[in-house]
Amino acid sequence: MARPDAEAVTAVIDIRNLCAHSAVGPILRDVSLQVKAGEVMALVGESGAGKSTIAKAVLGILPAGIRITSGSILFEGTDLLALPPPKLRDMLGVRIALIPQDPLTSLNPARRIGDQLTDGLRLRAGLSRRQAEARALQLLEDVQIRDPGLVMRRYPHELSGGMRQRVLIAQAFSLNPHVIIADEPTTALDVTVQKQVLRLIREMQRTHQTTLLFVTHDLGVVAQISDRMTVLYGGKVLEQGATADVLHTPRHAYTQALLAASPRYDRPEQSLRPVPDALIAELRREIGG
Amino acid sequence: MLIEARNISLDVPDMSQQLLIGRRRRLTILNNISISIAKGESVGLVGESGSGKTSLGRSLLRLYEPREGQILFDGEDITHAPAHALKPLRRRMQMIFQDPQSSLNPRRSIGGILAGVLRLHGLDASPIAVTGLLDRVGLPASAMGRYPHQLSGGQRQRVGIARAIALKPDFIVADEIVSGLDVSTQAQVLDLLQRLRAEMGMALAFISHDLSVVRALCERVVIMRGGEIIEEGRTAEVFASPRSPFTQTLIDSIPLPEVRQNWLD
Repeated sequence: MARPDAEAVTAVIDIRNLCAHSAVGPILRDVSLQVKAGEVMALVGESGAGKSTIAKAVLGILPAGIRITSGSILFEGTDLLALPPPKLRDMLGVRIALIPQDPLTSLNPARRIGDQLTDGLRLRAGLSRRQAEARALQLLEDVQIRDPGLVMRRYPHELSGGMRQRVLIAQAFSLNPHVIIADEPTTALDVTVQKQVLRLIREMQRTHQTTLLFVTHDLGVVAQISDRMTVLYGGKVLEQGATADVLHTPRHAYTQALLAASPRYDRPEQSLRPVPDALIAELRREIGG
Repeated sequence: MLIEARNISLDVPDMSQQLLIGRRRRLTILNNISISIAKGESVGLVGESGSGKTSLGRSLLRLYEPREGQILFDGEDITHAPAHALKPLRRRMQMIFQDPQSSLNPRRSIGGILAGVLRLHGLDASPIAVTGLLDRVGLPASAMGRYPHQLSGGQRQRVGIARAIALKPDFIVADEIVSGLDVSTQAQVLDLLQRLRAEMGMALAFISHDLSVVRALCERVVIMRGGEIIEEGRTAEVFASPRSPFTQTLIDSIPLPEVRQNWLD
């Protein structure tokens, strides 16, 4: 969804020259990317590409052992990396929220959905118990859960995967954050449920005009959800641009190879082509240098 | 027909039922399913979670014993065959599992795992035989001394394939074997499976939630839902003109990697 005044809108997230290392070696290599207000940016790549690391760096939840060595992450002009941890914590959930991949491990198995949804509303938004419950019911309705009152009293294991993901979407939007980071939110779902959840995320994103950073390995999902996309390999940005441009006229050989390797039911003969070993070797040289 | 299921049904006791006395209710997993696979043929078993595709695959190998119906392997009724009668047939029917991480013994080297399979069936389990096997799945001889956790996901799945083809089976059930892999690795593993299948003339039941992969890989497709077959036919025809609205919904739910303005509307 390109806006006519796209150039005038400043980036909500502005990542500049971000480098990260682990004990094994570089994890992110000079990553720069900008996400404008109300835009959906997809981060695409295979395992080890660094897409989740970028998401975690923005959220300030990098695992122990990965440290940022240089660069900055500006959120509405504030460098998140320079922010003291308590200040960053105040932002999380309120200004920047997460829709995680696995709804079963992201919800507390021992607490009812209602209690988990109202926590943030009471503690962060300062609502009373009654107000928080009313708001939680509304949120569950927003994510098209049919019987919100019943779901409020349920435990996570009593819900289907799609329902759990809806609850987490409700939770992510509950404090009206400016930015939501979605980390492979539909990877664990059946295709029919995936389509419903993608539709829901996009509707919520448009209604709330949320900026969305969407991490996925699935080029099909990228095509349907994002305005712009960033292709990563081995912690390096290989290609960036409007989703339609990158998918329809990919410039980088790796993007082309990924597209050729993706299965397609509409042209089976031209799909599932293995990525040539020579290309992988060249990429390794490229990121090494 | 190499393998044939005639009106098989499978059910399990409902463990969620609170019970102090009396008979436990049973949950139907497969309901009156008939399917046949010819020598060398590849058939995709497709469905969402809980559709019964894995249970059907396992029943075809007689890893599950159906309550009703018949399973025939190469004309022989194996529906209720005891373990000792099945053992010689096990050589001819093999399975590749979804997650090689959990289906390969973490405490044995790759060489040990493969030699073990060969030895169990009284075949040549020498290092030469094992390296030959590794070579067929595109792994170097040095993989012999490695342990499953030292390999990448794609390499582990190659070991899973090597173990399945070690006995030169006539029939392989592959259960979601590429679902945890990256797109590029997935293409390589499927390419390998196709090549070996063509060379060895194996029949394949390919269990998958991914219709696109099945479209590219399988001659026939069986669409399942709730333990029943919704539709089956030649893959190209089912995709071109699905008879069941459910099949159409499944196809329509696959996001293609090209921008379609109204797909999510």
